[in-house]
Formats: sequence, C-alpha cells, structure tokens
Amino acid sequence: MRAFTYERARSPLAAAAAVAGKRGARFIAGGTNLLDLMKLEIETPTHLVDVQDIGLDRIEPTDGGGLRIGTLVTNTALAADPRVRRDYGVLTRAIVAGASGQLRNKATVGGNLLQRTRCPYFYDTNQACNKRKPGSGCAAIGGVNRLLGVIGTSDACIATNPGDMAVALRLLDASVETVDGQGKTRTMPIAEFHRLPGDTPHVETALQPGELITAVTLPRPLGGRHLYHKVRDRASYAFAIVSVAAVIQPDGSGRAAFGGVAPRPWRVEAAEAAMRDGAAAVAAQVFAGARPTHENAFKVPLAERTLAGVMAEARAENRA
Amino acid sequence: MSHPSPLAVSRRVVLAGSAASVGLSAVPIGGASQNVEAPPLTMPPTMPVSMEVNGKPVSLTLDTRTTLLDALRDHLKLTGTKKGCDHGQCGACTVLVDGVRINSCLTLAVMHEGDKVTTIEGLGTPSDLHPMQAAFIKHDGYQCGYCTPGQICSAVAVLEEIKAGVPSHVQADITHAAKATNMEMRERMSGNICRCGAYSNIAEAMAEVAGTAS
Repeated sequence: MRAFTYERARSPLAAAAAVAGKRGARFIAGGTNLLDLMKLEIETPTHLVDVQDIGLDRIEPTDGGGLRIGTLVTNTALAADPRVRRDYGVLTRAIVAGASGQLRNKATVGGNLLQRTRCPYFYDTNQACNKRKPGSGCAAIGGVNRLLGVIGTSDACIATNPGDMAVALRLLDASVETVDGQGKTRTMPIAEFHRLPGDTPHVETALQPGELITAVTLPRPLGGRHLYHKVRDRASYAFAIVSVAAVIQPDGSGRAAFGGVAPRPWRVEAAEAAMRDGAAAVAAQVFAGARPTHENAFKVPLAERTLAGVMAEARAENRA
Repeated sequence: MSHPSPLAVSRRVVLAGSAASVGLSAVPIGGASQNVEAPPLTMPPTMPVSMEVNGKPVSLTLDTRTTLLDALRDHLKLTGTKKGCDHGQCGACTVLVDGVRINSCLTLAVMHEGDKVTTIEGLGTPSDLHPMQAAFIKHDGYQCGYCTPGQICSAVAVLEEIKAGVPSHVQADITHAAKATNMEMRERMSGNICRCGAYSNIAEAMAEVAGTAS
C-alpha cells in the first residue's frame, strides 16, 4: 500500500472541501472496497478524508412520503430498518443478497454506490485494463469473461457494476444528493449517476472531484410484491452472474431492473409496459442490442428466465 | 499504476531521507530558495490512536496504513486474530468493534479512535471460556483451528444480530425477525471460510448456544 496522510472531517462541507483542495485525496467511509484496492495499489490516494463523523447516518421520512437515507447508513442498518422492510422490501432483499455480514456492517450507502468492478483484469495489475490504466487496452475482451457484461459495454471495457443495492435503488427511482467543496448541493436521479464506459471507462459516475454523496432519497412507496433474485456460483457471498430486482403489482404490471449484466444497474423503462405479457416480451426489449461474448452469451437467456422466476413467485404470492 | 505518487517510497528516497535526517533535514540543499518542489516525504506518515481493546485502554502511534488487524497482531501482540486472505474474503480476521463484527483487515487502525475492540482473547480465557468457545470444543467445530477465532467472533455476533432482528437472505418473510435456524446460521456465517470444512459442526455449536439445538 502506498503511504498517505489521514484526517477526520467534522462536517460534509469540510470533507468535500478537504478532498477538493488536495490532489490525490479521497473520501473513506466503510473502506471495505477502497482498502482492498489500496492494498493492490489499484487505488493510490495520497490523503484520506474519513467521513465517519460527519453526522449523515440517519434514515428520515421526506415531505414527499419517501425516505432520506444518510450516506453513512450501513448496509446492515438500511436492510434492517422497519420502514424499508415494509415499504421497500426489494431494497432489503438486494442488500442482504450481497457481500457478507461483516462487510455489510461496515459498507455504507454512499460507498456502496461507488464500489468498483470486480472484473479480474481490473484487479490484476499485470493485465491491460482501460478502467485501471486508461489507454492500456482491455484484456477481458477475448479473455476469461464469463462473468462480465453483455450490454451497455464498449470496445474499451466490458466490466460490470457489481452491486446489488444499486439495482434496487435504480428500480425504486432513488435520487442521489451531493455537496461539493464550495458547498454547492445537487440532486440527481440514480439513472444518471452511473455512466456507461464508452471511451472513458475510468470515469464511472457523474460525481465531480471532491463531490461527496450526502444522501440517497427514495420516493413514496410503490406497493406491490418486492422481489430480488440473484443467480450466482455459490449460494451466499458471491457476486451476481445475473440478478433481477422487481416490484410487481397484483395485475401483473410493474418494474424490473437487472444486475450483473452491465456497467450500471440495467433498467429499460419502456420494456416494462410488457410486464403483463411475460418475461420473454420484457427481456427482448431490455436486452435489445446486447453484445455478449462467446463465454457470457448465456446471461441473456438466464436473465429472461430469472425474470420469469420472479414473475412466477409474484403470482404465487398473490394466490397465497 | 505507472505514475508514482509523491508519497511513493523508493529505496533511494528512504536512504536519502535517512542521510538527511542525520543533519538538518528541513534545509533545502543547494541554496535554491524559490519554486522548489516539496521534497518527497522521507518517512511514511504516522498518527496516534487510542482505543479500548478487550477492556484495556491502549495508545499507539502507527503508520497510517496499519490495518486494525496488523495493529492487533503486530503492535499489541494479540495474535489470536488471524490473517487469512487480508482482503475481506475469508473472515479469519473477524473481530467485534463496539459489539459489531467486522473484517479487521479492511479497516485502518486510525479510523478506530475511541472504539471498543473485542478479539478472541477478550471473549474468554482457557480457564473461563465463552459459551461459544466451549460449544466449538464440544461439537468439534474446527480441525486446524486457523479460522476458528474469526468463526467464534462471527458466531457470537450472528446470534446477537438474529436477536436484534437483522434480516437475512434466507428469510421467507423479511418483515419479521428471523429465528436461529440452521439455514439462518449457514447463510449468516458465509463470510467465514473454513477450508477444513467444519461447517456443520460450527452450525451445531451455534445452535447449542442459541438454544435451538435439535
């Protein structure tokens, strides 16, 4: 690990100003992904600004009938919140499908949105990776890529966003609130938060340097059945090969978002008009334009069948 | 990465720093007074940190890079906590911080100012075992023992998490608190790997402590 200096910020603005004012500075919250990458020298910050004391660790109701989740709320606390379990069950389901108990106790909402890909070529510093070292190429294309992306990828990068929580937040139309080093705040839809790789796969989010996530807000509850199905190589503590987050109403209408298939949580709202026509009709639109590799082409039919399983479970719950 | 950071410590810099520190290290050599680049740091930054470990206050001055795991093992000589993968994948380093289980390898010691840390040494002693330690022995919940301190710290915390109503992936109904079933224990312990494969015995030890043994 490269050497760095460390400070604890006392407010969101102080944290943002500290990172904005120092080249090579980074925020650290739970640290579970950042420290992993620092040990491998994939991340090499020269200064860390610890945000654990900035007071953004509460979940509060919003005037609009939703919830405002402070950026430091841990995965465990968010999944366990009675309001989330009752009104946003897909979020609890997605969170507890990810990582391990130890990691969920440290991982925060803001940090989870910023976690990096687990593409093995990103992790191996001996390999070409445009995300880790812009311009070096992509060893994953033509390499071992069974777990990598099938849609939204580019000729520069086929890495996936590894998150589960983010897939549920995308489904729920969450918003991301931020503050920058000058104290300017903004709110963006989560749909605009994660960027597609294009020619610049190292640029993963819409955040500017020094911009700090302060909260994630959820709009009013949708009702319906909340489901998260995650298909993976072992039954627990593994990243998704394919995951499906869905909210399905009693009449079969609803929403669906997909994880493990793209550089960001993958949702095509226009396809949701076909929810009552079955999984094949939805998946045909969601995965139109997919460009899988020879190793991961199975993900496209797997995603459709996972969605079919989600729909079947919703129907079964309605009958029960 | 190909661009060394200003703080990158090469052998040459360390040697230069050692030589400079013999004399007046702050005086720029060569007489240049303007537009001199800041010299590379000759020593990695250190910081003081105070915490309570197994009920005892401790104060250390550490390289900022020191993980909580390395502070426990190398500086406090509490070698019960084990380093397995050092990347949060195996759970051998699991300790309790303010009663919550975490991977001590994926957190910096300096982030734990004022925290209460409990390691396997703080749960029980050979003459006064924690009930979970006794249950692991009774049910043969280990073979080589390397993952065991992490397994036991995690197991103690899992039963607390179930009592506190923390939900899990295997719950059919997440609106209610889970019961300490075998499936729940298996799911919640998935962050602790045992390459000897003592899993079924670990789950039985946990069931005994939870009062759900069949």
